[in-house]
Amino acid sequence: MRALADFTIEPGQGGGGNVLHFSGPMVVSSLGLVDRRLRQIADPVDEIDVSDVERMDTVGAWTVWRLSQQLGAKIVNCRDEAERLINAISKADENRESIRAPRLPLIERVPDEVGKMVIALAVGFLQIIGFLGQAISAIGMTLRHPRRFRGLALVHQMELVGVNALGIVGLMSFLVGVVIAQQGAVQLQQFGAEIYTINLVGRLTLRELGILMTAIMVAGRSGSAFAAQLGTMKLTEEVDAMRTIGVSPTEALVLPRILATMIMLPLLGIYSSVLGIIGGAFLGSVSLGIPFLTFLARIQEVVPIHDVWVGLVKGPVFGLIVALAGCYQGMQVKTNAEEVGTRTTSAVVLAIFTVIVLDAFFAVFFTKIGWG
Amino acid sequence: MHDPQAHLAPIPDEFEGDYPIRVRGLVNRFDDHVIHDGLDLDVKRGEIIGVVGGSGTGKSVLMRSIIGLQIPQEGSIEVLGRSITDARDDDDIDIRSQWGVLFQGGALFSTLTVAENVEVPLREFYPEITDELRHEIARYKVLLSGLPANATSKYPSELSGGMKKRAGLARALALDPELLFLDEPTAGLDPIGAAAFDTLIRSLQETLGLTVFLITHDLDTLYEICDRVAVLADKKVIAVGTIPELLALDHPWIQEYFNGPRGRAAKDAQDREAAHVVKPNPEAATSAMEQE
Repeated sequence: MRALADFTIEPGQGGGGNVLHFSGPMVVSSLGLVDRRLRQIADPVDEIDVSDVERMDTVGAWTVWRLSQQLGAKIVNCRDEAERLINAISKADENRESIRAPRLPLIERVPDEVGKMVIALAVGFLQIIGFLGQAISAIGMTLRHPRRFRGLALVHQMELVGVNALGIVGLMSFLVGVVIAQQGAVQLQQFGAEIYTINLVGRLTLRELGILMTAIMVAGRSGSAFAAQLGTMKLTEEVDAMRTIGVSPTEALVLPRILATMIMLPLLGIYSSVLGIIGGAFLGSVSLGIPFLTFLARIQEVVPIHDVWVGLVKGPVFGLIVALAGCYQGMQVKTNAEEVGTRTTSAVVLAIFTVIVLDAFFAVFFTKIGWG
Repeated sequence: MHDPQAHLAPIPDEFEGDYPIRVRGLVNRFDDHVIHDGLDLDVKRGEIIGVVGGSGTGKSVLMRSIIGLQIPQEGSIEVLGRSITDARDDDDIDIRSQWGVLFQGGALFSTLTVAENVEVPLREFYPEITDELRHEIARYKVLLSGLPANATSKYPSELSGGMKKRAGLARALALDPELLFLDEPTAGLDPIGAAAFDTLIRSLQETLGLTVFLITHDLDTLYEICDRVAVLADKKVIAVGTIPELLALDHPWIQEYFNGPRGRAAKDAQDREAAHVVKPNPEAATSAMEQE
């Protein structure tokens, strides 16, 4: 149990005004409850007596000082150290306005926020195009000065984006292949056409799912990592330090990441398709009675080669989008740790959304040009 | 091999108050790298003790050990009569409301404003305090730390380095602690700002009766505000005393530290000042606090 501060109000001796009499310790741990009552005092008080106060810290001194201002009362029977504290506090009493960051009232804040979001959307769109332009001009610069190209960084990023993702992308693709084959077989059985499961698995994985799922996985794995890495480097002023040394952050940080993702995504996509087909073949041999090797051989016959091209063409484009979103959001970080988090989230969301929209566009486009 | 311990007689001490910080036989190792080996240190109530030592001698590790952030391999640490080293988990250290810590970079919470930073410990330890009082406390603490009133609503990213240190000090003082730990408070400040910060620490220490554990490289700070100085070298505290007492010791590092060009300049500045002004008497603050 901790000791609490208390007070009484009594008429003063000799016909004076009321005297507020404090007792107990007046420290930060004892004042929380009594403060509420102090603020409600309505009686006139002429003097505040602190002679019975056992201990006083700055919170006690503040309470006494604030009360004396509020009631227009005099502080009496003050010991030396208490007086020193109250003096120090009274000097620190100015500008009683809000200590919060300024905030508009709700009715103004809503349109304000909406307007800001709309503008941010438009500005963000322009900025990301500008960012792409920077990256392209950086490619131009490295073509003119090939010695400035950061081969080591590129290989390192290729390892992080591609090689390290092999396990998870492979497992995911294998399982999706199994699921497609199984679900497809259930439906096709109704026509006695289980054999078309092979067409379904082969075309779907090579043309659509392999690359799309890989892009989503890479956006989650690497796009977020880019945003967080670059964002943290911005906060710790590493990016500024680079610039002062004469190293262009776009060349040193952004370009290797974008190129690595553009190179690795088609490769991962093909790898994913292959594992998807293996998954389908595995299910075929286990539950449909199609031998494993027959399944693979049929794939060659039923999947047109342009399906492979469709997948391969989309790869670098999706890679560019994922890396661009990650690097762009990372480089936009300015203020604090929370922003790194929100920027990372929006990098992933932006990348996945754009990839899916573009995938729909590609599907229509390739069908129109006869690669249906 | 030269053994500095051989000719360093302990500095006699007639202090009879209590010791809020007692460190005995502290051993800190990182893998094979021994930082402290049997380190002893006593801090007296009401003093400002400066801790000096070359880079890598474990000044910050010592501070982190005392405040329970670093678990030492051996030794015992007592703070305000509680053992830090015997605490099994974080909750056992229930004296956190009685100390304040200023980290080197300020370590302000970047998503909160300065005033909100100061309110965090208040909210945590004393939830019964009304919002109104808590805002008022936060505001006067910020002002006491020498920041202008309009700094209260600013975010740390909007502050300069010196302002961040002051805001960090305001947060360290939020609960009116008895003990204040400062890790290089004047590093990175301009000389005028550093001198003002020294004065601020001294005046707060005198007004509030604090015990201050101060890590510093700043010789001016040592001369200006430290009652005693503890020297870390050879994995131990090799000497504790006032600067004249330390100067009388025959240890090469101490001699080089205080008699190097920077040490001399700081001493000259101190002598010049002493000739003009009578320094505030640190004993006054101590005795005033003991009366409470």
